[in-house]
Amino acid sequence: MHEMALAESVLEIVAEAARRNGATQVRSVRLAIGRLSHVEPDALRFAFDVVTRNGIAQGARLEILATDGAAWCMQCSDTVPLARFGDACPRCGSYQLQVSGGDELRVQDIEIV
Amino acid sequence: MCTTCGCGQGETRIEEGHVHEHRHTDGTVHSHPHDHADPHGHGHGGGHHEHEHAHAHEHRHADGTVHSHAHDHEHDHGHGHGHGHHDHHHHDLHYGLGAAGAHAPGMTQARMVQIEQDILAKNDALAAANRKRFAERGIFAVNLVSSPGSGKTTLLVKTIEALAGRHEVVVIEGDQETSHDADRIRATGAAAVQINTGKGCHLDADMVGRAVERLAPPAGSVLMIENVGNLVCPAGFDLGEAHKVVVLSVTEGEDKPLKYPDMFRRSSLMLLNKVDLLPYVDFDVAKCVEYARRVNPDIRVIEMAATKGRGMEDWLAWIERGVAAAGLARQESVDALKARLADLEAQVAALRSMLP
Repeated sequence: MHEMALAESVLEIVAEAARRNGATQVRSVRLAIGRLSHVEPDALRFAFDVVTRNGIAQGARLEILATDGAAWCMQCSDTVPLARFGDACPRCGSYQLQVSGGDELRVQDIEIV
Repeated sequence: MCTTCGCGQGETRIEEGHVHEHRHTDGTVHSHPHDHADPHGHGHGGGHHEHEHAHAHEHRHADGTVHSHAHDHEHDHGHGHGHGHHDHHHHDLHYGLGAAGAHAPGMTQARMVQIEQDILAKNDALAAANRKRFAERGIFAVNLVSSPGSGKTTLLVKTIEALAGRHEVVVIEGDQETSHDADRIRATGAAAVQINTGKGCHLDADMVGRAVERLAPPAGSVLMIENVGNLVCPAGFDLGEAHKVVVLSVTEGEDKPLKYPDMFRRSSLMLLNKVDLLPYVDFDVAKCVEYARRVNPDIRVIEMAATKGRGMEDWLAWIERGVAAAGLARQESVDALKARLADLEAQVAALRSMLP
């Protein structure tokens, strides 16, 4: 359940941004979470609801934008889609892949009042 | 919830007198649990109420927005006061107010704020600080990860014994509870600090930074960080180590690299431990290595039986190379400092010569 620690970090970032902008309430939070990241969106949602209780982001809508995995295939010398770690290159079947996208964990933006 | 370890209400403890600071936001320490079920439940009738109530008053926000509050005293506004919570910066926080709340008509209320910030940025910054500290002292830091029971602590004990007289080894032990592992390490004569994460499932860069302060590893030493036994959570938390080393024992499944790809992807080395038990278990070494390389084509593999000394030579050689690299990095930073000093001295000399 490291999602709890991640939700705490999200709240810290969000509360700080809200404070800087003189907000009284955070209406929504958008996260970009890569499909290859070590995060389970449902667990993160649950954790987010728990850690935002009684705070400026209480009740805020959590939007999770799932970004697709991508990798650089050595054989193809090209960027190819990657659904999950351990999968082969969908074009040539090689495992010589370097992940190039879809493993991010980012707070994108927030909507404040 | 603990901001450091994500635990419910357990406490992170770093041995020898230090109690970690906690801030829980799950309501247990707050005396004003918020119970507004309806976020629009103030019943003011849209945004036109501010001239209709005797108790309306204005105040100015930090951003210049004038905010007009109409206090309907049938409602309980007590939730905004005196929590000591870090979010409380205005004199009132009307968490329950919705879009059509009490702002002056015509003003746009909701605003989008771009953030674009990595969720792990804080941990990563602390990890970078740890890494810098290790580089300055030429410390070779290794983050040992595995599931519980893979033989990490035994491996460490054997490693410390084998390196005795060549390199000093200091150890940070991460476990949810007990100091059993640190006690085992200290029995070898090596310095060790136990971090108990309470309900937390991984070590983070802050805990390690504090433990390092306590340990004060000497220049040129090897720092072994034994993470909490868990193949999931520790993967995402950089501690400032030079390498993650994943220990997998043959009593586990050979498909663990595929089941827990994150950990194997982020590790430089896989120690396949307890290979002396291969005759008694159903474990395909070749397949395991193939799976590990699928998620991490660059991962190195050493087959070991720590209790029997098998594979120890390769493992020690790998550590030696790491120590040498850390020493080189330190030399480079020393050389860079010396060059800078020489440069400054030249500038001082030039300035002096300009004096009458």
